[in-house]
Amino acid sequence: MIELVSESRCIKCNICVNICPTNVFDRIADAPPTIARQSDCQTCYMCELYCPVDALYVAPESDVTASVNEAELAQVGLLGSYREKIGWGHKRTSTAKADQTFQILKQMK
Amino acid sequence: MLKTLTTDFELDLEADVLVIGGGPAGTWAAWSAASSGARVILVDKGYCGTTGCAAASGNGVWYVPPDPEARETAKASRESLGGFLSDRNWMDRVLDRTYANVNQLAEWGYPFPTDDEGKPYRRSLQGPEYMRLMRRQIQRAGVKILDNSPALELLVDDDDAVAGATGVNRQTGSKWIVRSQSTIIATGGCAFLSKALGCNVLTGDGYLMAAEAGAEMSGMEFSNAYGISPAFSSVTKTLFYNWATFTYEDGTVIPGASSHRRSVIAQTLLQQPVYAIIDKAAESMRPSMRLAQPNFFLPFDRAGIDPFTQRFPVTLRLEGTVHGTGGIRIVDESCASSVRGLYAAGDAATRELICGGFTGGGSHNAAWAISSGYWSGKSAAEYSRSLGEYKTKRHVKGVGEVGLQSGSDRSQTLATDEIIQAVQAEVFPYEKNYFRTEQGLTESLGKLNYLWQELRSSQVTSDKELIRAREATAMVATARWMYSSAIERKETRGMHKHQDYPELDANLQHHLISGGLDRVWVKNQPLSTEKPLSKIGAAV
Repeated sequence: MIELVSESRCIKCNICVNICPTNVFDRIADAPPTIARQSDCQTCYMCELYCPVDALYVAPESDVTASVNEAELAQVGLLGSYREKIGWGHKRTSTAKADQTFQILKQMK
Repeated sequence: MLKTLTTDFELDLEADVLVIGGGPAGTWAAWSAASSGARVILVDKGYCGTTGCAAASGNGVWYVPPDPEARETAKASRESLGGFLSDRNWMDRVLDRTYANVNQLAEWGYPFPTDDEGKPYRRSLQGPEYMRLMRRQIQRAGVKILDNSPALELLVDDDDAVAGATGVNRQTGSKWIVRSQSTIIATGGCAFLSKALGCNVLTGDGYLMAAEAGAEMSGMEFSNAYGISPAFSSVTKTLFYNWATFTYEDGTVIPGASSHRRSVIAQTLLQQPVYAIIDKAAESMRPSMRLAQPNFFLPFDRAGIDPFTQRFPVTLRLEGTVHGTGGIRIVDESCASSVRGLYAAGDAATRELICGGFTGGGSHNAAWAISSGYWSGKSAAEYSRSLGEYKTKRHVKGVGEVGLQSGSDRSQTLATDEIIQAVQAEVFPYEKNYFRTEQGLTESLGKLNYLWQELRSSQVTSDKELIRAREATAMVATARWMYSSAIERKETRGMHKHQDYPELDANLQHHLISGGLDRVWVKNQPLSTEKPLSKIGAAV
């Protein structure tokens, strides 16, 4: 579930509020959005993809909350890691172009 | 307070075509209707571009070049799996339309990869990229999008033809009404809030709304799809489990368990945990796997697990009719429902036409969303044109009732969360839904009927609860059509596994149509074309 909206990184664009499929966030005037309905988070990671500054972190546990430490996440490169993997963001190229599904399916019996 | 039609609508709009749902089927429908010259409004409970199961995932596509041999193989491969309920004419149509539309995606700039021979490879779509592109395309085509705007009920005119919908913006609370000449339901299937990847927006809302307007369902017994995921995670992507070894806690291999023999995994999970390790993937394949499905690895990387060398607990999450095959009955090639002015597309519509009684994830569903979306959009636009001057003069009323109304005759306040947990308790357990029995289905139906009565006699006390209350109502209604159909199909066919009737029965090679709200009904419908008789024992 979504566990972090980084105060230091967030630019208050509220894109996450707008695009979350299950309406987890609330916008707050002059402040980062809050995680208002955490249990509605479906752990789809879409908010991370659309966050332009890698301010969000979705923990892999989908049914229970997890505690996270922003500094550690940043240090091990997990903030924005999914966005990087699919090549979204400034000066990146979508990795859809490098999709290797054809290689995988060749191995299917 | 919640049903007034003439007042309180902050947003009062008119359209030729209203599309409800902004996933692949909805966006293809909107694009095709707008390209036919219609004024189109698309409303989505979430955000068009991220909503639905396709956006969050990677999608295989049933994309087969028009080579007769390849097409024949594509059609034949699923007929027995689907229990011989599919229709070759529809398969041909879908294969043709999917091929054309996926090529259209390439023209729009979707970055398809090339294979080893340098040829474009178009059988796979990365969800976020695909749906971001679709949103951009429908905006270019002039479609007006209302995000975060769940539809709550359909409108019908004095002749009972569907004439739009009303809903609410879930962030501002403001109510909207769209009066339209035709309406397309593209709301996806129902996965009962199981947290299967991207599936929690899919609560059967479109089925409920369509049924309230008089539409019928088909194939609702084929609704017990379960996806494999790590036990802690939502990522129900099953392709790579083809290279998995499944073990008990002590590390011994579970006999017969594989991603194709999921029933063995389900049986084991009833007694004890099941572990998997993707150890059959050759070292050389692993980088390709990461490039093919980046999100498969996301939960592992974050949990500090190497799935190729470390085993991890797995579970099966219900995908219901999302990867099942039932949905709103389609009556002709235009993707019309049995109600005038109402069309259905994607997972919201039955996929028996191309899949019979078995889908599973991916390719057929993606192809069906593209094709049925395209056709429903075109047909809805034509229908709207045919109404001419009449179209703006209609008197309309909402047809939603349960989970929507308040009033003095309603004794109790709706306990939405309890209802949702109660319906999940009937549809999640493998022993009830995966492995069905006469007794189990009967008991579940008793409880589900009771839940319906609860919903019927309760009132929603605030607008804030309205959306969840309607979702709860839709889930209970969906479960009742599922199990009423399942109890009627006294055999094992497609994904419907009936423990009391473990064999396929050649006399039951027909569709099951269902519907009704207070009183649920099920009836047989013969296949539309002559079929070879099913071979007993041939179904998997």
